[in-house]
Amino acid sequence: MNERLAAAFALLPEYLGWHVLLSASALLLGVLISLPLAVAASRSPRLRWPVLAGASLIQTIPSLALLALFYPLLLALSALSKAWFGQGFSALGFLPSLLALTLYSMLPILRNSAAGILGVDPAVREAADGVGMTPRQRLFQVELPLAAPVIMAGIRTAAVWTIGAATLSTPVGQTSLGNYIFAGLQTENWVFVLFGCAASAVLALVADQLLGLVEAGARLRKPLLAILGAAGLAVGVAVALLPLAGFGKPATYVVGAKNFSEQYILAELMADRLQRAGGEVRRKEDLGSAVAYRALAAGELDVYVDYSGTLWTNVLGRKDNPGRAEVLKQLTAELKRRDGVTVLGSLGFENAYAFVMRPDRARALGVATLADLAREAPKLTLGSDLEFLSRPEWKAVDAAYGLGFKTKRSYQPTFMYRALSGGEADVISAFSSDGRIAADKLVILSDPKGAIPPYDAVVLISPKRAGDRRLIDALKPLIGAIPVEAMQAANYSVDRDAGKLSPAEAARAMEAKIPAR
Amino acid sequence: MTAAIELSGVGKRYGALAALADVSLSVEAGQFTALVGGSGSGKTTLLKTINRLVAPDAGTVRVQGEDVAALEPPALRRRIGYVFQEVGLFPHLSVGENIAITPKLLGWDRAKIAARVEALLDLVALPQEVATRAPAALSGGQRQRVGVARALAAEPALMLMDEPFGALDPLTRDALGADYRALHDRLGLTTVMVTHDMAEAVLLADRIVVLREGRIVADGTAADLLAKTADPDVRALLEAPRRQAERLRAKLAGAA
Repeated sequence: MNERLAAAFALLPEYLGWHVLLSASALLLGVLISLPLAVAASRSPRLRWPVLAGASLIQTIPSLALLALFYPLLLALSALSKAWFGQGFSALGFLPSLLALTLYSMLPILRNSAAGILGVDPAVREAADGVGMTPRQRLFQVELPLAAPVIMAGIRTAAVWTIGAATLSTPVGQTSLGNYIFAGLQTENWVFVLFGCAASAVLALVADQLLGLVEAGARLRKPLLAILGAAGLAVGVAVALLPLAGFGKPATYVVGAKNFSEQYILAELMADRLQRAGGEVRRKEDLGSAVAYRALAAGELDVYVDYSGTLWTNVLGRKDNPGRAEVLKQLTAELKRRDGVTVLGSLGFENAYAFVMRPDRARALGVATLADLAREAPKLTLGSDLEFLSRPEWKAVDAAYGLGFKTKRSYQPTFMYRALSGGEADVISAFSSDGRIAADKLVILSDPKGAIPPYDAVVLISPKRAGDRRLIDALKPLIGAIPVEAMQAANYSVDRDAGKLSPAEAARAMEAKIPAR
Repeated sequence: MTAAIELSGVGKRYGALAALADVSLSVEAGQFTALVGGSGSGKTTLLKTINRLVAPDAGTVRVQGEDVAALEPPALRRRIGYVFQEVGLFPHLSVGENIAITPKLLGWDRAKIAARVEALLDLVALPQEVATRAPAALSGGQRQRVGVARALAAEPALMLMDEPFGALDPLTRDALGADYRALHDRLGLTTVMVTHDMAEAVLLADRIVVLREGRIVADGTAADLLAKTADPDVRALLEAPRRQAERLRAKLAGAA
């Protein structure tokens, strides 16, 4: 327990620094955009409705979706900029997070600022005109000072929202306090999850109190109080950003990982090898499946592990299944030709989608294959991970066998296994390299029609690193060196409830067993 | 000599409603003019066309010979004092800062502004120590004295007042009215004051202009109007204070 807490604290300076940088930039940008917009809206009733309705509409988009939507948009813009100016930019990480959070912060600032300005006593406004103020002087000397407490209250609300929503920038590749939550949820490290929640809540509380001081200063007309609050904020942001100064220099290699234990372990394994080869390494974890490949092709990631079947169906859009070796061969040629992406080779194990049941249940129903399952399906509940049901693999299996389940439920992978052991699901879409299959003695249903494509774990290298000898020499020994049992054991050591290891520890244990070449 | 204020053919419509219809009026420098009429008669609209808080649809307004439509409104307003019933002191500024506002907008230097604020507090009979207080800490009468001081700060020759004493209790109102009339004479101001109270108009003004439905229906000294006006409404309006005074006297005599 103490060890995990220590691990969490060790990561805090980096995570907190990015979280503060991201939230503060988004809030600042939000204020800079919203204030002039609110002034314009308070002047023109015709503008007021569309502006406030637009901001409300943005607020109704789930924040995670808003963050995700900026990725393809920026990718397209980056491609345009590359075509026109010969210079693209990163569509992953800071930029999409910043833009989404800025939009998200705007509503409370807009609404309060417009209300604050419109709430100024008409007699005071008439007096301002009467003494000979220009509209500009009236705004800056009378309306804004009088609306300041209401505007500050809006900024406070926006700050709390932004700091909370910034945890969701982790899946688009931006380091934040959300890294604790997403990684913790995946590896069932509840200390990490709680630590991430607590850290973000404390940050929000501190920001809220300091902004509250500024607000009170504006309301009570005590400039000293407002200055105190603003100084507190400035010092807090500066201290939080201090550790980032060291992260400023560009990492030589960016290692990517999707959002599950195996990916974290393999990323650590590769990162460790690259570091020992003298490279600087930065990690981008918790990436969505589609995001990871496109980021690699665009050069934002240098290396990550994907699975042949996923690339075959999702990237190449193929529905056929010519067999394990043939898929790998065609994939290697096709990805190189299309995107310049290098398939370094298979690590030696498959992480295939596998339909899995509890042994007692499978025996009672007499189910051993997917064909048997189709017969019993109308009585059964399928538990799947969050993306399986929208993937082509599911469509292929369903087309081949006709699996009309009574109900289908989606879970976080961790909870999917819980649902199976608890009986909420009768069959789940598991992964063949998952340590929990062996540990819980679960039954894998066979696929006689070959509907599920092979899923060899392959190391992918970005176009710009295709000729990087240091990278290739460091990672080449991993090819064919990880049998499925080794991966299952490593995954289980991270996923199990008691005595769990961190992904880095699991990676070290695995490294020790890899034969030196 | 050009008139201090000259309105010719001024009209203003709000939708179908004519607030002012073809109003012409000339005010000599040094005159104290009262604009009298019921609510909706157009008296406030007329006043506000002079400092262009209202832009007329028709006609021209000249102040000291200049067409106000050709001037920048803020520049025009900085040379005209404006006092209204709600006062509109800036709640986030001290009394002294409120009084100093127009000189500050005109870019006076600090020492000159400080001396002017001090002089104005004396002029409107307020103690010097109120300068640092917030407007909210003053009584209604004191607040309006600050309003008058603020209007006089940049030494305007022309003062526009819209029911300036309307919200005050009768005693304060009487004292403030008399004090202001004395200031008007001492500083040689030209004053146009809107009121619905004929007694106040008769007591303070040299000239009474009566408006009804956006038109001038009577114009002259109190005595002139009483002698010449045939309009029964105007007569009734003029006689009201006298009748009221007589009734008061009779009641008080009977009680004694």
